[in-house]
Amino acid sequence: MTEIVFEGRPVPFEPGQSIGAALTAAGIRSWRTTRFGGRPRGLFCGIGVCFDCLITVNGRPSLRACMVEARPGDVVEGGGPDA
Amino acid sequence: MTSSRAVAPMRDVVVIGAGPAGLAAAVTAATAGLDVALVDAGRRPGGQYYRHHAAETGGLHHGWDAFVRLRDALDRLTYLPGHRVWHVEDGFTVHALAGDRDERPVRIDARSVIVATGAYDRSLPFPGWDLPGVLTAGGAQALLKGDRVTAGERIVVAGTGPFLFPVATGLAGAGATVVGVFESNRPYGFARHLARHPGKAWEGAGYAAALARHRIPYRTGHAVVAAHGDGRVEAVTVARLDRDWAPVDERVIECDTVAVGYGFTPQLEIPLHLGCATRVDTDGSPVVAVDVAQRTNVPGVYAAGETTGVGGAQLSLVEGELAGLAVAEAAGGIAPDPAHVSRLLARRRRLRAFAEAMHEAYPVRPGWMGRLNDDTLVCRCEEVTRGRLAEATGLGATDPRSAKLLSRAGMGWCQGRVCGYATSWLTATACGRSPGPDDLLAAARRPIAQPVRLRDLADD
Repeated sequence: MTEIVFEGRPVPFEPGQSIGAALTAAGIRSWRTTRFGGRPRGLFCGIGVCFDCLITVNGRPSLRACMVEARPGDVVEGGGPDA
Repeated sequence: MTSSRAVAPMRDVVVIGAGPAGLAAAVTAATAGLDVALVDAGRRPGGQYYRHHAAETGGLHHGWDAFVRLRDALDRLTYLPGHRVWHVEDGFTVHALAGDRDERPVRIDARSVIVATGAYDRSLPFPGWDLPGVLTAGGAQALLKGDRVTAGERIVVAGTGPFLFPVATGLAGAGATVVGVFESNRPYGFARHLARHPGKAWEGAGYAAALARHRIPYRTGHAVVAAHGDGRVEAVTVARLDRDWAPVDERVIECDTVAVGYGFTPQLEIPLHLGCATRVDTDGSPVVAVDVAQRTNVPGVYAAGETTGVGGAQLSLVEGELAGLAVAEAAGGIAPDPAHVSRLLARRRRLRAFAEAMHEAYPVRPGWMGRLNDDTLVCRCEEVTRGRLAEATGLGATDPRSAKLLSRAGMGWCQGRVCGYATSWLTATACGRSPGPDDLLAAARRPIAQPVRLRDLADD
Protein backbone atom coordinates (compact mmCIF):
# COMPACT_ATOMS: atom_id res chain seq x y z
CA MET A 1 0.00 0.00 0.00
CA THR A 2 1.47 3.34 -0.96
CA GLU A 3 -1.01 5.53 0.81
CA ILE A 4 -1.03 7.73 3.84
CA VAL A 5 -4.19 8.67 5.70
CA PHE A 6 -4.87 12.38 6.01
CA GLU A 7 -7.72 13.21 8.37
CA GLY A 8 -9.36 9.89 7.64
CA ARG A 9 -8.98 10.01 3.87
CA PRO A 10 -6.45 7.96 1.88
CA VAL A 11 -3.83 9.98 -0.02
CA PRO A 12 -1.51 8.18 -2.45
CA PHE A 13 2.21 8.89 -2.61
CA GLU A 14 5.24 7.82 -4.62
CA PRO A 15 8.12 6.27 -2.69
CA GLY A 16 10.58 8.98 -1.67
CA GLN A 17 8.02 11.78 -1.60
CA SER A 18 7.58 14.03 1.41
CA ILE A 19 4.22 14.11 3.16
CA GLY A 20 3.85 17.76 2.08
CA ALA A 21 4.44 16.79 -1.56
CA ALA A 22 1.90 13.94 -1.37
CA LEU A 23 -0.75 16.27 0.07
CA THR A 24 -0.01 18.97 -2.54
CA ALA A 25 -0.22 16.41 -5.36
CA ALA A 26 -3.66 15.42 -4.00
CA GLY A 27 -4.79 19.05 -4.20
CA ILE A 28 -4.61 19.62 -0.43
CA ARG A 29 -2.99 23.05 -0.02
CA SER A 30 -3.34 23.66 3.72
CA TRP A 31 -3.49 21.49 6.83
CA ARG A 32 -3.29 23.69 9.86
CA THR A 33 -4.49 27.06 11.10
CA THR A 34 -2.49 29.69 12.93
CA ARG A 35 -2.72 30.41 16.66
CA PHE A 36 -4.01 33.99 16.54
CA GLY A 37 -5.70 34.63 13.23
CA GLY A 38 -6.82 31.06 12.49
CA ARG A 39 -5.25 31.43 9.04
CA PRO A 40 -4.79 28.32 6.89
CA ARG A 41 -1.22 27.24 6.21
CA GLY A 42 0.53 24.65 4.07
CA LEU A 43 3.81 24.58 2.15
CA PHE A 44 5.68 27.88 1.80
CA CYS A 45 9.47 27.48 1.67
CA GLY A 46 9.40 23.76 0.87
CA ILE A 47 12.94 23.22 2.19
CA GLY A 48 12.58 23.11 5.97
CA VAL A 49 13.25 26.77 6.73
CA CYS A 50 9.86 28.38 7.46
CA PHE A 51 7.98 25.84 9.64
CA ASP A 52 4.66 26.87 8.09
CA CYS A 53 3.87 23.30 7.07
CA LEU A 54 3.86 21.76 10.58
CA ILE A 55 1.89 18.54 10.77
CA THR A 56 1.21 15.63 13.13
CA VAL A 57 2.39 12.19 11.95
CA ASN A 58 1.31 9.07 13.88
CA GLY A 59 0.63 11.23 16.91
CA ARG A 60 3.96 13.03 16.80
CA PRO A 61 3.24 16.78 16.51
CA SER A 62 5.16 19.70 15.01
CA LEU A 63 6.95 17.88 12.19
CA ARG A 64 7.67 19.67 8.95
CA ALA A 65 5.58 18.13 6.17
CA CYS A 66 8.20 19.17 3.60
CA MET A 67 10.95 17.25 5.40
CA VAL A 68 9.23 14.02 6.50
CA GLU A 69 9.25 11.24 3.93
CA ALA A 70 5.87 9.53 3.61
CA ARG A 71 5.66 5.90 4.73
CA PRO A 72 2.81 3.53 3.92
CA GLY A 73 0.01 3.80 6.47
CA ASP A 74 1.21 7.02 8.10
CA VAL A 75 -1.69 8.65 9.90
CA VAL A 76 -1.39 12.35 9.23
CA GLU A 77 -3.33 15.12 10.87
CA GLY A 78 -3.14 18.86 10.47
CA GLY A 79 -4.52 20.87 13.26
CA GLY A 80 -5.94 23.99 14.62
CA PRO A 81 -4.22 26.55 16.77
CA ASP A 82 -0.98 25.37 18.39
CA ALA A 83 -0.69 22.35 16.12
CA MET B 1 27.09 3.87 15.53
CA THR B 2 27.92 7.44 16.44
CA SER B 3 25.82 8.80 19.26
CA SER B 4 26.20 11.22 22.09
CA ARG B 5 26.89 8.38 24.51
CA ALA B 6 29.40 6.36 22.46
CA VAL B 7 33.04 7.34 22.01
CA ALA B 8 33.20 8.93 18.59
CA PRO B 9 36.30 9.04 16.40
CA MET B 10 38.09 12.36 15.90
CA ARG B 11 37.79 13.20 12.20
CA ASP B 12 40.23 15.32 10.23
CA VAL B 13 37.36 17.43 8.96
CA VAL B 14 33.59 17.65 9.19
CA VAL B 15 31.80 19.26 6.25
CA ILE B 16 28.37 20.76 7.00
CA GLY B 17 26.08 20.71 3.99
CA ALA B 18 26.02 18.34 0.99
CA GLY B 19 25.17 20.81 -1.77
CA PRO B 20 27.64 21.60 -4.57
CA ALA B 21 30.19 23.30 -2.24
CA GLY B 22 30.03 20.72 0.55
CA LEU B 23 30.14 17.73 -1.82
CA ALA B 24 33.14 19.15 -3.68
CA ALA B 25 34.93 19.99 -0.42
CA ALA B 26 34.27 16.62 1.21
CA VAL B 27 35.19 14.53 -1.84
CA THR B 28 38.35 16.58 -2.48
CA ALA B 29 39.53 16.21 1.13
CA ALA B 30 38.68 12.51 1.24
CA THR B 31 40.40 11.84 -2.09
CA ALA B 32 43.53 13.48 -0.68
CA GLY B 33 43.41 10.90 2.12
CA LEU B 34 41.70 12.70 5.01
CA ASP B 35 39.11 11.14 7.33
CA VAL B 36 36.02 13.15 6.39
CA ALA B 37 32.46 13.28 7.76
CA LEU B 38 29.83 14.99 5.60
CA VAL B 39 26.70 16.01 7.53
CA ASP B 40 23.55 17.09 5.73
CA ALA B 41 19.92 17.78 6.63
CA GLY B 42 18.63 16.43 3.31
CA ARG B 43 17.55 12.89 2.63
CA ARG B 44 19.65 12.70 -0.55
CA PRO B 45 22.91 14.48 -1.43
CA GLY B 46 22.96 17.54 -3.66
CA GLY B 47 21.51 20.35 -1.56
CA GLN B 48 18.97 22.63 -3.21
CA TYR B 49 20.70 22.89 -6.60
CA TYR B 50 21.03 19.15 -7.21
CA ARG B 51 17.86 18.28 -5.31
CA HIS B 52 16.49 15.21 -7.05
CA HIS B 53 13.88 12.49 -7.03
CA ALA B 54 14.87 9.01 -5.88
CA ALA B 55 14.76 7.81 -9.51
CA GLU B 56 16.39 10.93 -11.05
CA THR B 57 18.47 10.60 -14.19
CA GLY B 58 19.39 14.27 -14.59
CA GLY B 59 16.81 15.61 -17.03
CA LEU B 60 15.89 18.60 -14.84
CA HIS B 61 19.47 19.55 -14.00
CA HIS B 62 22.32 21.51 -15.51
CA GLY B 63 25.69 20.00 -14.69
CA TRP B 64 24.27 16.66 -13.61
CA ASP B 65 27.47 14.83 -14.65
CA ALA B 66 29.50 16.85 -12.13
CA PHE B 67 27.04 15.81 -9.43
CA VAL B 68 27.14 12.13 -10.39
CA ARG B 69 30.96 12.13 -10.18
CA LEU B 70 30.80 13.59 -6.67
CA ARG B 71 27.97 11.31 -5.53
CA ASP B 72 29.83 8.24 -6.78
CA ALA B 73 32.84 9.27 -4.65
CA LEU B 74 30.85 9.41 -1.39
CA ASP B 75 32.07 5.92 -0.43
CA ARG B 76 35.45 7.51 0.32
CA LEU B 77 34.00 9.30 3.34
CA THR B 78 31.38 9.08 6.10
CA TYR B 79 28.21 10.58 4.65
CA LEU B 80 25.48 11.36 7.19
CA PRO B 81 22.20 12.34 5.47
CA GLY B 82 19.14 13.40 7.47
CA HIS B 83 21.26 15.09 10.14
CA ARG B 84 20.18 18.57 11.21
CA VAL B 85 23.08 20.45 12.78
CA TRP B 86 21.92 22.69 15.62
CA HIS B 87 25.20 23.66 17.24
CA VAL B 88 28.97 23.51 16.67
CA GLU B 89 31.32 23.82 19.64
CA ASP B 90 34.84 25.15 19.39
CA GLY B 91 37.40 22.49 19.00
CA PHE B 92 35.20 21.11 17.14
CA THR B 93 32.10 19.18 18.09
CA VAL B 94 29.12 19.17 15.77
CA HIS B 95 25.76 18.48 17.44
CA ALA B 96 23.03 17.18 15.17
CA LEU B 97 19.65 15.49 15.32
CA ALA B 98 19.31 12.48 13.05
CA GLY B 99 16.09 11.19 11.52
CA ASP B 100 13.03 12.98 10.16
CA ARG B 101 10.55 11.81 12.80
CA ASP B 102 12.21 9.81 15.59
CA GLU B 103 15.06 12.18 16.24
CA ARG B 104 18.20 11.02 18.02
CA PRO B 105 21.12 13.21 19.07
CA VAL B 106 24.45 12.67 17.31
CA ARG B 107 27.83 14.30 17.89
CA ILE B 108 30.76 14.41 15.49
CA ASP B 109 34.23 15.48 16.62
CA ALA B 110 36.69 16.90 14.11
CA ARG B 111 39.87 18.97 13.96
CA SER B 112 38.49 21.30 11.28
CA VAL B 113 35.13 22.37 9.89
CA ILE B 114 34.04 23.34 6.40
CA VAL B 115 30.80 25.35 6.46
CA ALA B 116 28.76 24.82 3.29
CA THR B 117 25.26 25.49 4.58
CA GLY B 118 24.04 27.27 1.45
CA ALA B 119 21.19 29.73 1.20
CA TYR B 120 17.42 29.94 1.14
CA ASP B 121 14.90 32.14 -0.68
CA ARG B 122 14.79 35.81 0.25
CA SER B 123 11.14 36.71 0.76
CA LEU B 124 9.42 40.08 0.62
CA PRO B 125 5.96 40.27 2.18
CA PHE B 126 2.88 41.54 0.32
CA PRO B 127 -0.84 41.45 1.12
CA GLY B 128 -2.04 37.84 0.89
CA TRP B 129 1.46 36.28 0.82
CA ASP B 130 0.46 33.86 3.58
CA LEU B 131 -2.44 32.38 1.60
CA PRO B 132 -1.93 28.67 0.83
CA GLY B 133 -0.74 28.45 -2.76
CA VAL B 134 1.87 31.20 -2.35
CA LEU B 135 5.25 29.44 -2.21
CA THR B 136 8.81 30.58 -2.46
CA ALA B 137 10.32 30.06 -5.91
CA GLY B 138 12.78 27.64 -4.30
CA GLY B 139 9.90 25.78 -2.65
CA ALA B 140 8.15 25.24 -5.98
CA GLN B 141 11.46 24.11 -7.47
CA ALA B 142 12.12 21.73 -4.56
CA LEU B 143 8.69 20.12 -4.98
CA LEU B 144 9.34 19.64 -8.67
CA LYS B 145 12.93 18.38 -8.50
CA GLY B 146 12.72 16.42 -5.26
CA ASP B 147 9.17 15.06 -5.38
CA ARG B 148 8.10 15.44 -9.03
CA VAL B 149 5.05 17.40 -7.95
CA THR B 150 3.99 20.62 -9.67
CA ALA B 151 2.98 23.15 -7.02
CA GLY B 152 -0.27 23.96 -8.87
CA GLU B 153 -2.02 24.07 -12.22
CA ARG B 154 -2.09 27.80 -13.08
CA ILE B 155 1.09 29.32 -11.75
CA VAL B 156 2.45 32.86 -11.60
CA VAL B 157 6.24 33.11 -11.16
CA ALA B 158 7.51 36.39 -9.73
CA GLY B 159 10.32 38.15 -7.91
CA THR B 160 13.76 38.93 -9.20
CA GLY B 161 16.84 37.15 -10.50
CA PRO B 162 17.79 34.53 -13.08
CA PHE B 163 16.50 31.73 -10.82
CA LEU B 164 12.96 32.56 -11.99
CA PHE B 165 13.85 31.05 -15.42
CA PRO B 166 14.48 27.45 -14.37
CA VAL B 167 11.50 27.60 -12.01
CA ALA B 168 9.11 28.74 -14.75
CA THR B 169 10.43 26.48 -17.50
CA GLY B 170 10.64 23.48 -15.16
CA LEU B 171 7.01 23.86 -14.08
CA ALA B 172 5.83 24.34 -17.67
CA GLY B 173 7.86 21.35 -18.81
CA ALA B 174 6.14 19.24 -16.14
CA GLY B 175 2.71 20.21 -17.47
CA ALA B 176 1.68 23.23 -15.38
CA THR B 177 0.36 26.38 -17.04
CA VAL B 178 2.75 29.20 -16.22
CA VAL B 179 0.61 32.31 -16.63
CA GLY B 180 3.60 34.64 -16.62
CA VAL B 181 7.01 35.47 -15.19
CA PHE B 182 7.11 38.89 -13.53
CA GLU B 183 10.66 40.13 -13.03
CA SER B 184 10.77 43.28 -10.90
CA ASN B 185 14.01 44.58 -12.38
CA ARG B 186 14.86 45.60 -15.94
CA PRO B 187 18.25 43.92 -16.21
CA TYR B 188 19.21 45.17 -19.69
CA GLY B 189 22.90 45.56 -18.90
CA PHE B 190 23.21 41.98 -17.77
CA ALA B 191 23.32 40.58 -21.31
CA ARG B 192 26.86 41.82 -21.90
CA HIS B 193 28.06 39.88 -18.85
CA LEU B 194 26.37 36.79 -20.23
CA ALA B 195 28.37 37.25 -23.44
CA ARG B 196 31.58 36.78 -21.46
CA HIS B 197 30.37 33.47 -20.03
CA PRO B 198 29.57 31.14 -22.92
CA GLY B 199 28.23 28.41 -20.60
CA LYS B 200 25.80 30.77 -18.91
CA ALA B 201 24.80 32.39 -22.22
CA TRP B 202 23.98 28.93 -23.58
CA GLU B 203 21.94 28.16 -20.47
CA GLY B 204 20.13 31.52 -20.83
CA ALA B 205 19.37 30.84 -24.49
CA GLY B 206 17.92 27.48 -23.48
CA TYR B 207 15.55 29.14 -21.02
CA ALA B 208 14.50 31.78 -23.55
CA ALA B 209 13.66 29.02 -26.04
CA ALA B 210 11.72 27.09 -23.39
CA LEU B 211 9.74 30.21 -22.41
CA ALA B 212 8.86 30.75 -26.07
CA ARG B 213 7.98 27.09 -26.62
CA HIS B 214 5.57 27.10 -23.68
CA ARG B 215 4.27 30.59 -24.64
CA ILE B 216 5.14 31.98 -21.22
CA PRO B 217 5.11 35.78 -21.11
CA TYR B 218 8.23 37.22 -19.43
CA ARG B 219 7.66 40.79 -18.17
CA THR B 220 10.44 42.88 -16.70
CA GLY B 221 9.59 45.80 -14.41
CA HIS B 222 6.53 43.95 -13.08
CA ALA B 223 5.70 42.40 -9.71
CA VAL B 224 3.00 40.54 -7.84
CA VAL B 225 1.87 43.14 -5.29
CA ALA B 226 -1.06 41.26 -3.72
CA ALA B 227 -2.57 37.77 -3.63
CA HIS B 228 -6.31 37.25 -3.26
CA GLY B 229 -8.51 34.33 -2.33
CA ASP B 230 -10.70 32.71 0.29
CA GLY B 231 -8.53 30.18 2.11
CA ARG B 232 -6.24 29.75 -0.93
CA VAL B 233 -4.87 31.82 -3.78
CA GLU B 234 -7.39 32.50 -6.53
CA ALA B 235 -5.82 35.57 -8.16
CA VAL B 236 -2.97 38.05 -7.89
CA THR B 237 -2.59 41.74 -8.58
CA VAL B 238 0.35 42.36 -10.89
CA ALA B 239 1.73 45.89 -11.13
CA ARG B 240 4.02 47.57 -13.60
CA LEU B 241 6.76 49.20 -11.53
CA ASP B 242 8.75 52.37 -11.74
CA ARG B 243 12.51 52.34 -11.13
CA ASP B 244 12.08 52.26 -7.35
CA TRP B 245 9.39 49.56 -7.56
CA ALA B 246 6.42 51.82 -6.87
CA PRO B 247 3.36 50.57 -8.81
CA VAL B 248 2.45 52.48 -11.98
CA ASP B 249 -0.61 50.51 -13.04
CA GLU B 250 -2.20 47.23 -11.98
CA ARG B 251 -4.19 44.31 -13.27
CA VAL B 252 -5.64 41.14 -11.74
CA ILE B 253 -4.65 37.69 -13.02
CA GLU B 254 -6.37 34.45 -12.04
CA CYS B 255 -4.12 31.66 -10.79
CA ASP B 256 -4.03 28.94 -8.14
CA THR B 257 -0.33 29.20 -7.27
CA VAL B 258 2.35 31.86 -6.93
CA ALA B 259 6.07 31.01 -6.86
CA VAL B 260 7.89 34.09 -5.65
CA GLY B 261 11.53 34.78 -4.75
CA TYR B 262 13.77 37.84 -4.49
CA GLY B 263 17.19 36.22 -4.52
CA PHE B 264 18.73 34.26 -1.67
CA THR B 265 19.88 34.71 1.90
CA PRO B 266 23.01 32.81 2.98
CA GLN B 267 22.55 30.55 6.02
CA LEU B 268 25.01 32.00 8.51
CA GLU B 269 24.01 30.70 11.97
CA ILE B 270 26.89 28.23 12.30
CA PRO B 271 29.74 30.50 11.15
CA LEU B 272 28.33 33.26 13.39
CA HIS B 273 28.29 30.83 16.38
CA LEU B 274 31.91 30.03 15.65
CA GLY B 275 32.84 33.72 15.62
CA CYS B 276 33.62 33.95 11.90
CA ALA B 277 34.04 37.49 10.59
CA THR B 278 31.68 38.67 7.88
CA ARG B 279 31.86 41.08 4.98
CA VAL B 280 29.14 42.84 3.02
CA ASP B 281 28.45 41.28 -0.38
CA THR B 282 27.51 43.24 -3.52
CA ASP B 283 23.80 42.67 -2.77
CA GLY B 284 24.19 44.16 0.74
CA SER B 285 23.98 40.75 2.46
CA PRO B 286 26.40 39.88 5.21
CA VAL B 287 28.44 36.82 4.15
CA VAL B 288 31.37 34.91 5.66
CA ALA B 289 34.72 36.58 4.94
CA VAL B 290 37.26 34.07 3.55
CA ASP B 291 40.78 34.30 2.21
CA VAL B 292 42.23 32.86 -0.97
CA ALA B 293 42.09 29.32 0.50
CA GLN B 294 38.47 29.66 1.76
CA ARG B 295 39.77 30.04 5.35
CA THR B 296 37.70 32.14 7.75
CA ASN B 297 39.40 34.18 10.46
CA VAL B 298 38.77 31.34 12.95
CA PRO B 299 41.60 28.78 12.80
CA GLY B 300 40.36 25.45 11.45
CA VAL B 301 37.09 26.86 10.08
CA TYR B 302 36.60 27.15 6.31
CA ALA B 303 33.55 28.29 4.34
CA ALA B 304 32.54 27.64 0.75
CA GLY B 305 29.58 28.25 -1.53
CA GLU B 306 26.64 30.57 -0.91
CA THR B 307 27.68 31.35 2.71
CA THR B 308 30.63 33.33 1.28
CA GLY B 309 28.38 35.21 -1.18
CA VAL B 310 25.51 33.97 -3.33
CA GLY B 311 26.99 33.01 -6.69
CA GLY B 312 25.45 29.77 -7.90
CA ALA B 313 26.42 26.12 -8.18
CA GLN B 314 29.44 26.47 -10.50
CA LEU B 315 31.14 28.89 -8.11
CA SER B 316 30.20 26.68 -5.16
CA LEU B 317 31.88 23.66 -6.78
CA VAL B 318 35.10 25.63 -7.28
CA GLU B 319 35.08 27.06 -3.75
CA GLY B 320 34.35 23.65 -2.27
CA GLU B 321 37.29 22.11 -4.11
CA LEU B 322 39.60 24.92 -2.96
CA ALA B 323 38.45 24.45 0.65
CA GLY B 324 39.00 20.68 0.39
CA LEU B 325 42.53 21.20 -0.98
CA ALA B 326 43.32 23.76 1.75
CA VAL B 327 42.16 21.41 4.52
CA ALA B 328 44.15 18.54 3.00
CA GLU B 329 47.26 20.70 3.06
CA ALA B 330 46.70 22.05 6.59
CA ALA B 331 45.54 18.81 8.20
CA GLY B 332 47.39 16.23 6.16
CA GLY B 333 50.42 18.06 4.79
CA ILE B 334 49.29 17.17 1.29
CA ALA B 335 50.46 19.91 -1.07
CA PRO B 336 48.08 20.53 -3.99
CA ASP B 337 49.19 20.80 -7.61
CA PRO B 338 49.97 24.53 -8.04
CA ALA B 339 48.85 24.60 -11.68
CA HIS B 340 45.49 23.11 -10.73
CA VAL B 341 45.07 25.60 -7.88
CA SER B 342 45.77 28.57 -10.14
CA ARG B 343 43.20 27.28 -12.65
CA LEU B 344 40.64 27.04 -9.83
CA LEU B 345 41.50 30.53 -8.59
CA ALA B 346 41.09 32.01 -12.08
CA ARG B 347 37.75 30.26 -12.41
CA ARG B 348 36.63 31.52 -9.00
CA ARG B 349 37.58 35.11 -9.95
CA ARG B 350 35.60 34.91 -13.16
CA LEU B 351 32.51 33.36 -11.55
CA ARG B 352 32.64 35.80 -8.62
CA ALA B 353 32.72 38.73 -11.09
CA PHE B 354 29.69 37.22 -12.82
CA ALA B 355 27.88 36.92 -9.47
CA GLU B 356 28.61 40.57 -8.69
CA ALA B 357 27.20 41.63 -12.05
CA MET B 358 24.11 39.51 -11.31
CA HIS B 359 23.58 41.15 -7.92
CA GLU B 360 23.92 44.60 -9.50
CA ALA B 361 21.40 43.72 -12.21
CA TYR B 362 18.84 42.23 -9.79
CA PRO B 363 18.74 44.44 -6.66
CA VAL B 364 15.84 44.88 -4.23
CA ARG B 365 14.36 48.40 -4.48
CA PRO B 366 12.52 50.16 -1.63
CA GLY B 367 9.13 50.38 -3.39
CA TRP B 368 8.15 46.89 -2.15
CA MET B 369 7.42 48.38 1.28
CA GLY B 370 4.62 50.47 -0.22
CA ARG B 371 2.66 47.26 -0.94
CA LEU B 372 2.12 46.55 2.73
CA ASN B 373 -1.03 47.63 4.55
CA ASP B 374 -1.23 47.98 8.33
CA ASP B 375 -2.82 44.51 8.53
CA THR B 376 -0.34 42.77 6.18
CA LEU B 377 1.65 40.09 7.99
CA VAL B 378 5.39 40.61 8.08
CA CYS B 379 6.25 37.76 10.47
CA ARG B 380 4.27 34.69 9.46
CA CYS B 381 5.11 32.64 12.57
CA GLU B 382 4.04 35.14 15.23
CA GLU B 383 1.51 36.82 12.93
CA VAL B 384 3.05 40.26 13.39
CA THR B 385 1.57 42.84 11.04
CA ARG B 386 3.27 45.82 9.54
CA GLY B 387 1.11 47.96 11.85
CA ARG B 388 2.44 46.24 14.96
CA LEU B 389 5.99 46.54 13.73
CA ALA B 390 5.42 50.26 13.16
CA GLU B 391 4.05 50.59 16.72
CA ALA B 392 7.23 48.97 18.06
CA THR B 393 9.34 51.45 16.12
CA GLY B 394 7.16 54.26 17.49
CA LEU B 395 7.86 52.99 21.02
CA GLY B 396 11.57 53.44 20.40
CA ALA B 397 12.58 50.15 18.79
CA THR B 398 15.01 51.60 16.27
CA ASP B 399 17.31 48.59 15.99
CA PRO B 400 16.38 45.06 14.87
CA ARG B 401 16.80 43.49 18.31
CA SER B 402 14.46 45.92 20.08
CA ALA B 403 11.97 45.71 17.22
CA LYS B 404 11.98 41.92 17.60
CA LEU B 405 11.53 42.02 21.39
CA LEU B 406 8.73 44.58 21.27
CA SER B 407 6.80 43.26 18.28
CA ARG B 408 7.73 39.52 18.47
CA ALA B 409 8.60 39.61 14.74
CA GLY B 410 11.19 36.87 14.20
CA MET B 411 10.57 35.13 17.54
CA GLY B 412 8.58 32.19 16.21
CA TRP B 413 9.48 28.79 14.79
CA CYS B 414 11.60 30.04 11.90
CA GLN B 415 13.53 32.45 14.14
CA GLY B 416 13.27 35.27 11.63
CA ARG B 417 14.68 33.40 8.65
CA VAL B 418 11.67 34.34 6.54
CA CYS B 419 10.88 37.85 7.87
CA GLY B 420 14.36 38.98 9.00
CA TYR B 421 15.25 40.68 5.74
CA ALA B 422 11.91 42.52 5.50
CA THR B 423 11.91 43.45 9.20
CA SER B 424 15.40 44.93 8.84
CA TRP B 425 14.28 47.08 5.92
CA LEU B 426 11.05 48.21 7.59
CA THR B 427 12.69 49.07 10.92
CA ALA B 428 15.60 50.91 9.30
CA THR B 429 13.33 52.80 6.90
CA ALA B 430 10.98 53.87 9.72
CA CYS B 431 14.06 55.32 11.45
CA GLY B 432 15.04 57.23 8.32
CA ARG B 433 18.06 55.12 7.32
CA SER B 434 18.86 52.45 4.75
CA PRO B 435 19.15 48.91 6.13
CA GLY B 436 22.85 48.25 6.68
CA PRO B 437 24.82 45.06 7.32
CA ASP B 438 24.32 45.42 11.09
CA ASP B 439 20.54 45.35 10.61
CA LEU B 440 20.81 42.20 8.49
CA LEU B 441 23.40 40.54 10.74
CA ALA B 442 21.14 41.03 13.75
CA ALA B 443 18.47 39.12 11.84
CA ALA B 444 20.94 36.30 11.01
CA ARG B 445 22.09 35.65 14.60
CA ARG B 446 20.27 32.80 16.32
CA PRO B 447 21.11 31.07 19.60
CA ILE B 448 20.69 27.65 18.01
CA ALA B 449 20.70 26.76 14.34
CA GLN B 450 17.62 24.50 14.44
CA PRO B 451 14.72 24.10 16.86
CA VAL B 452 15.59 21.37 19.39
CA ARG B 453 13.68 19.79 22.22
CA LEU B 454 14.77 20.80 25.72
CA ARG B 455 15.50 17.16 26.46
CA ASP B 456 18.13 17.05 23.68
CA LEU B 457 19.77 20.19 25.04
CA ALA B 458 19.80 18.61 28.50
CA ASP B 459 21.25 15.31 27.19
CA ASP B 460 24.17 17.09 25.62
